[in-house]
Amino acid sequence: MVVISDILVQLVQMTLVLLLAPLFTGFVRKIKARLLRRKGASVFQPYRDLLRLLRKEVVLAENASWLFRVTPYITFAAIWVAAALVPTFATGLQFSWSADLIAIVALLGSARFFLALAGMDVGTSFGGIGSSREVMIAALAEPAMLLMVFCVALIAGSTQLSTVATFMASSEVGLRISLGMAMIALIMVALAENARIPVDNPATHLELTMVHEAMILEYSGRHLAMIEFGAFLKLLFYVSLIICVFFPWQITIVGAGPASYLAGAGAYIFKLAVASLLLAAFETATAKMRVFRVPEFLGAALMLGLLGTLLRFVSRSF
Amino acid sequence: MRSLIDVIRAGRTVERHHPWPRVAVDGDSWLAVAGLLADGQLSLRGLWGEPSRVHMAIGAEDGSDVCVISLDCPDRRFPSIAAHHRPALRLERTIHDLFGLEAIGTPDSRPWLDHGRWQIRFPLGEQRAAAAPDAPPYQFLAAEGEDLHRIAVGPVHAGIIEPGHFRFTASGEAVVRLEERLGYTHKGVEGLMAGSSVERAARLAGRVSGDSTVAYALAFSQAVEAAQQIAVPPRALWLRALMAELERLANHLGDIGAICNDASFALMHAHCGVLRERVLRAADIAFGHRLMRDVVVPGGLAHDIADAGPAAIRAALGEIRRHFPALIDLYDNTASLQDRTVGTGSLNPALARQFAAGGYIGRASGRNHDARRKPGYRPYDVLRFEVPVLDDGDVNARVWIRIREVEQSLSLADQIMDGLESGPVRVPLQSPAEPTEGMAIVEGFRGDILAWLRLDGDRIERCHLRDPSWFQWPLLEAAIEGNIVADFPLCNKSFNCSYSGHDL
Repeated sequence: MVVISDILVQLVQMTLVLLLAPLFTGFVRKIKARLLRRKGASVFQPYRDLLRLLRKEVVLAENASWLFRVTPYITFAAIWVAAALVPTFATGLQFSWSADLIAIVALLGSARFFLALAGMDVGTSFGGIGSSREVMIAALAEPAMLLMVFCVALIAGSTQLSTVATFMASSEVGLRISLGMAMIALIMVALAENARIPVDNPATHLELTMVHEAMILEYSGRHLAMIEFGAFLKLLFYVSLIICVFFPWQITIVGAGPASYLAGAGAYIFKLAVASLLLAAFETATAKMRVFRVPEFLGAALMLGLLGTLLRFVSRSF
Repeated sequence: MRSLIDVIRAGRTVERHHPWPRVAVDGDSWLAVAGLLADGQLSLRGLWGEPSRVHMAIGAEDGSDVCVISLDCPDRRFPSIAAHHRPALRLERTIHDLFGLEAIGTPDSRPWLDHGRWQIRFPLGEQRAAAAPDAPPYQFLAAEGEDLHRIAVGPVHAGIIEPGHFRFTASGEAVVRLEERLGYTHKGVEGLMAGSSVERAARLAGRVSGDSTVAYALAFSQAVEAAQQIAVPPRALWLRALMAELERLANHLGDIGAICNDASFALMHAHCGVLRERVLRAADIAFGHRLMRDVVVPGGLAHDIADAGPAAIRAALGEIRRHFPALIDLYDNTASLQDRTVGTGSLNPALARQFAAGGYIGRASGRNHDARRKPGYRPYDVLRFEVPVLDDGDVNARVWIRIREVEQSLSLADQIMDGLESGPVRVPLQSPAEPTEGMAIVEGFRGDILAWLRLDGDRIERCHLRDPSWFQWPLLEAAIEGNIVADFPLCNKSFNCSYSGHDL
């Protein structure tokens, strides 16, 4: 019975993140537009963009290899699996037993690895610039992410997200400095990984300043749709991860009644809305940093993760 | 070394050239002037050709004492100025592309505007030549060293901007060399003007660079009026100044926002965009066109300001006065934005001086020059305004010059509307029997625009319009050196040179 409910919860959550991801991005864009006194496109515009791209013809560079063609699907699949591992409104995901937070970091790492290779595959200068910048950012973001994982795992006693969320939702946790540090570290990593301001600008048209966009400049049609969809999913994944680890209130714990699932889902949607507001407000109030300031920014995230982990060893009350 | 006075005395002063003298000189005097330019005793204001003659406008460093030096070159060769004074280089290459006049001793004989895509070579010259079908590809300057790589950007960009090609040589992210290639928007304006009526040429002048249409029309009209020695009614002069200030306001507001937008700070862009739009709408109400195109014509104005105009302009200015200080605070107090603009793209004041860079680029690098002051033109002689000057030369300084100029333009627009007299706004043009030449230097929002023309009756025989960007584009190459590739858009936007005005 538990297995069946786990599979059901897993399927619903996988579908939910897939359906919600474009909406979340659309919502963030809409709020940003409103903050700039613009009307902005409809919140459903990302869905239309995806449909439009799916219908369009793929234009391939003459010297594009098989790697260039398979990368969109690999990255999309890796990100989707990673997103499926995060409890959104209910814990007890079927997949949780087979993969933990470290596996998630590895999944995202592989997605990025392929994307960076594909960026260089065609041999345009922008793809090369984008890939080199992306890898520079990733080399710093990944350790910070791992340290954050260690810190959380030390407190929760597990790297497995369903267990972490259950623990965090319980009354045992309380306010902990190390958790606060880990949260800030994760938010900084999330901004960098999702090509948001201040690390990258998702809306830029300036080839020379792009990071993520420069890598995918050569993509078109359904390939671009898959990459864009992957980017939407990744943003939702990081926000869900932050919610699940640090704000799991109202999340449905295994074995609760059906009403609890509804409340959990409602709470999740509400938390997403709050997150999108915060993200849009932060992005509007900040300029993008110089490329060489990014290591300092991510270095701070790394130090926060490290401090959080160390503090756990100094005293269990941190 | 011979002084300019000696050169002028040795030459033959050409009659009917107004308001500044034009002196026909020989090759030695021509080279003597090149020496004075290289010495920094004079600054180059323009260099342009005719089928068998070259002209060079020079002046004192502060903008006064303008003078045109002309050299006849029947054998279609003239001594290169660029060999001594680099700012002349692209102008000489253009003279060769358009007229087929060869600069002897030039350090760079590559074509500039001619990309080998015209059907003919030397389209304005005495002897047109068929385009060479197998012209060698354009050679970019070399940069050699370990780990250097090249990035080619443009002429088609990811955003909707004008076309220009930028060839970066970078070591990782650091720019080692930037080379520009322009000319993609060459429209042959000077060729179209030759032989056309004054009215048609005025319309063409207003279309050289869309964002500076008032300044260009003003420069052209002043040159025609100088050639024909016509006095324009005071009301027309004051309304022209009003339009010029509105154009400056709109462009500076747009630029301030756009520079911040290139640092991904869209908030400034949105708010400045609103204020710019207010100015454009007020201009539309007052003069019947958002950019005020074709309102300034030789002899005055095409039509008077609309009755509702002054009120609309005052309302727009009032709104800018209310909201702009908060935007300045926002710019000044956003640390992440300041981090991007301060110290980025520094332009050495010595270079700005050497190239006689006009506008905010020169003034942000310590060059105290404004064509409204010197050589000056009416009605700015009776208006109170300051010329802001900074020494830092970085993106931040260029933003601050614009901010200060917005404030000055607000004050000027108010003074003009308070002092506006009633009266006619146009006088008829004359049709003198003998050819006459006229010249004008006008301060557009980018800097000083030079217009020179020769009238034959009511026809334009030859007209040359020199955009301020001629002396600003090369400085961008210098300013970006040592910066990182990702900061180029920010530097470029802070220069905001004209592609269209330069390519002509």
